[in-house]
Amino acid sequence: MIWLNQLIQGVLLGGYYALIACGLSFMYGVMRIINMAHGSLAILAAFALFVLADQYDVSPFVGLLVVLPAMAAIGWVLHRAVLDRSLNGGFLMPILSTFGLSIVIDNLLFQAFGADTRSLAPYIGTLSYDSWTITDDISVGQLAAGTFGLAVLLLGGLQLFLSRAPLGRAIRAVAEDPDTVGLVGIDARRVSAIASAIALVTVGIAGACLAMRATFDPYAGAPQLIFAFEAAVIGGAGSLWGTLLGGVVLGVAQSLGAQIIPQGFLIGGHAAFLAILLARLNRGGLRWPRRWAA
Amino acid sequence: MTHDIRIERWTAASRAAVAVAGLLLAMLAAGPLFMDANAVDKLTTLFIYIILGTMWNALAGYGGLISVGQQAFFGLGAYVAVRLADAGMSVYPALLLAAAIVAAIALPISAVMPRLRAGEFAIGMWVLAELAHLVVNLDGLVQGETGTSLIALNAYAAETRHAATYWTALATMALLLLALFALLRSRTGAAIQAIRDNEEAAGSLGVRVLATKRVIFVLAAFGAALAGALWLATAITFQPKTYFSVQWTAYMVFMVLVGGLGTFEGPILGAVVFFAIEAWFGDAGVWYLVGLGATALLFSLYLPRGLWGWLQDRTGLRLLFVGYRVKPAP
Amino acid sequence: MTALLTVENLDARHGLLHAVRGVGFTVRAGETLALVGANGAGKTTLLRAIAGAHPPAGGRVLFHGRDLDAMPAHKRVALGIALVPEGRKLFGQLTVEENLLLGRAAGRAGAWDVDTVIAAFPNLAKRRHARAGTLSGGEAQATAIGRALMTNPELLLLDEVSLGLSPLAVDRVYASLATTMSGGTTIVLVEQDLTRALRVADRVVCMLEGRVVLSGRAAELTRDEITDAYFGLRGKVAA
Repeated sequence: MIWLNQLIQGVLLGGYYALIACGLSFMYGVMRIINMAHGSLAILAAFALFVLADQYDVSPFVGLLVVLPAMAAIGWVLHRAVLDRSLNGGFLMPILSTFGLSIVIDNLLFQAFGADTRSLAPYIGTLSYDSWTITDDISVGQLAAGTFGLAVLLLGGLQLFLSRAPLGRAIRAVAEDPDTVGLVGIDARRVSAIASAIALVTVGIAGACLAMRATFDPYAGAPQLIFAFEAAVIGGAGSLWGTLLGGVVLGVAQSLGAQIIPQGFLIGGHAAFLAILLARLNRGGLRWPRRWAA
Repeated sequence: MTHDIRIERWTAASRAAVAVAGLLLAMLAAGPLFMDANAVDKLTTLFIYIILGTMWNALAGYGGLISVGQQAFFGLGAYVAVRLADAGMSVYPALLLAAAIVAAIALPISAVMPRLRAGEFAIGMWVLAELAHLVVNLDGLVQGETGTSLIALNAYAAETRHAATYWTALATMALLLLALFALLRSRTGAAIQAIRDNEEAAGSLGVRVLATKRVIFVLAAFGAALAGALWLATAITFQPKTYFSVQWTAYMVFMVLVGGLGTFEGPILGAVVFFAIEAWFGDAGVWYLVGLGATALLFSLYLPRGLWGWLQDRTGLRLLFVGYRVKPAP
Repeated sequence: MTALLTVENLDARHGLLHAVRGVGFTVRAGETLALVGANGAGKTTLLRAIAGAHPPAGGRVLFHGRDLDAMPAHKRVALGIALVPEGRKLFGQLTVEENLLLGRAAGRAGAWDVDTVIAAFPNLAKRRHARAGTLSGGEAQATAIGRALMTNPELLLLDEVSLGLSPLAVDRVYASLATTMSGGTTIVLVEQDLTRALRVADRVVCMLEGRVVLSGRAAELTRDEITDAYFGLRGKVAA
């Protein structure tokens, strides 16, 4: 029964991973850029919400109304100032640019907030530990369930946006062939900047969920980036739902690993990731979201 | 039929540069005889930085493989050295053997990782580093994050220790540079650069792409492991968190971006710059790191070819020349 | 009739290759101009330079008398210049209808919408919701042209529409284009088939190795004259 509980916890954790992964996946799908500052930006959002809650008594949920538009703006600027320009140095340069950016963000956060771990849990009432008890061994956290539900809603919403909205269509076209879109009157750079803004909104949401369910510190960005990446790669297929699947697989691998040995949480996740990577390579061809399918 | 052209592998400047480099190495070798322990220690650190920078550049700038996980080999090099010393092996040979063992570990890894796409490889290597960190922590000798020390070094007097480490670092750095130089000037070197410029085209010409990438991968792993082992010899303590930190990649990225990605001389220049900056600003704590990250970011955006690349583009200067020159015959 | 498009002394390079050398011609509103020449003559580069997809190394492109300078392609579409690129370049993962709908992005009003495009290219009716990557050559060409028409252009540039198509498919494409041609849209088309080019065009420009070697009214030029110019046997430039 303990194993079943761990399985369920893993699945729910997967919902969070899907949230943090979808922005990374989205940005890679549209612009072929891996944003190494992805995790750091999620932590930035978390700290912003923390400051609003701690110093201005603003509930994190209300705080999101301020932080999310700010994240969108950051996404836009990020694309214009960094991502677009770094491509001039070659298609590998954005990895190095965003890596440098992540170091700047992490250390500026450290400078501002110090090494203490923080959490948004105290500011959301009892939500961080409320749960539904199913049996003696199995309980489902309300926040975890909510996060999972939010992930499904967000992914579904994004999917709908991509398949129905004119802008979503434009984003898919840019993802497939950025050079030709100009010929039909679409400004590829503008569309990419918008996609970047959308990606960062999801990053902000993920940062909020992380901060509510756990603690965070200025250097927590790196692990989040790795988890996001692992979930996205495990999910593999070129659709957003693959990200949910990837998140769940990662969450389950971690949770089951933790049952085996205490350090098994991280080891389980990394091992599962590498194993799947290996299996895919041997099957011939690794598929990382290449294009944005409806 | 007359031959109208001549192919040259050296320029006048490069011949002079190699002579100067040889002289410099000879002078450095005499270092411990007239420098104090502090200077010897500092130069050792510089040599380690040069190894780290040139090896990362070999992988990224020449091999086109950007790795955010070379700290895996850095940490493993130090860890294996600790284990060998613990088993009774003499310290300095242990350092070299440790690097060789890690290179052997990198061999099977090289059959898999280089086949990944750019982004996947970058973070995939980071995941490997994290995994290596976690696994090493499980070793009782290391005691988790508390770490352990290279106690065997206490057998040496401080001065002897500093000198021996210095000479080992100098010798291995010189040999690695020589090996890389020879490799790049060989047929494999031409293959490496062809792959970097256009992998598909290189493959269609018959270049064995994966085999070539594997060579660089293992060489870079060996170099990083050696650097880790040498660092252990200077720092004496081994704390997994320090050795497996992604901070090391940040240093390597800085050195290569500032020095010049894809040039031979660039990372050496970058290492010297990094060394100088650390000497002046290292005490500034977090602001120092912010500065490093910001500098790397700015270079990637505005001077992607680095200082040496910029110099090369403006003057055509090639000191350590790895290419070919086509000249009209006299 | 006024000059809609004027190309003045245009130079364009492809890396080290000087693909377009000092090319100049004028197209009047409502005219159909055929651009002929062997492969590598510079026709595609020229069309791409006019559309804004390729930066010129020298010279000017004037649209309605206005120098387009370095204006990017997507802004030129808003002005009314649409290019159907060589090789179609459809978005394979999007459906035919979605490819067409992209053309609305330019925001130009006009007679063309999804229904009128499908009416003009009836072979697309059944394939409306099919992924563009699954289309046959003729259907793909129809979609590519339709996508350009959706932007309601004043100037339509067609690069090698018959490439890779069966003769029947080519006939169908040109039949669908007939209404556009007679309807007042200005057209510049690249066509390898000289007979067809002479049949549909008002004027012909022949290029060889980046230069214009012959130009004149289709009715006044003989096949032989054009073939000679095409192969570089003799050059003649008429008004």
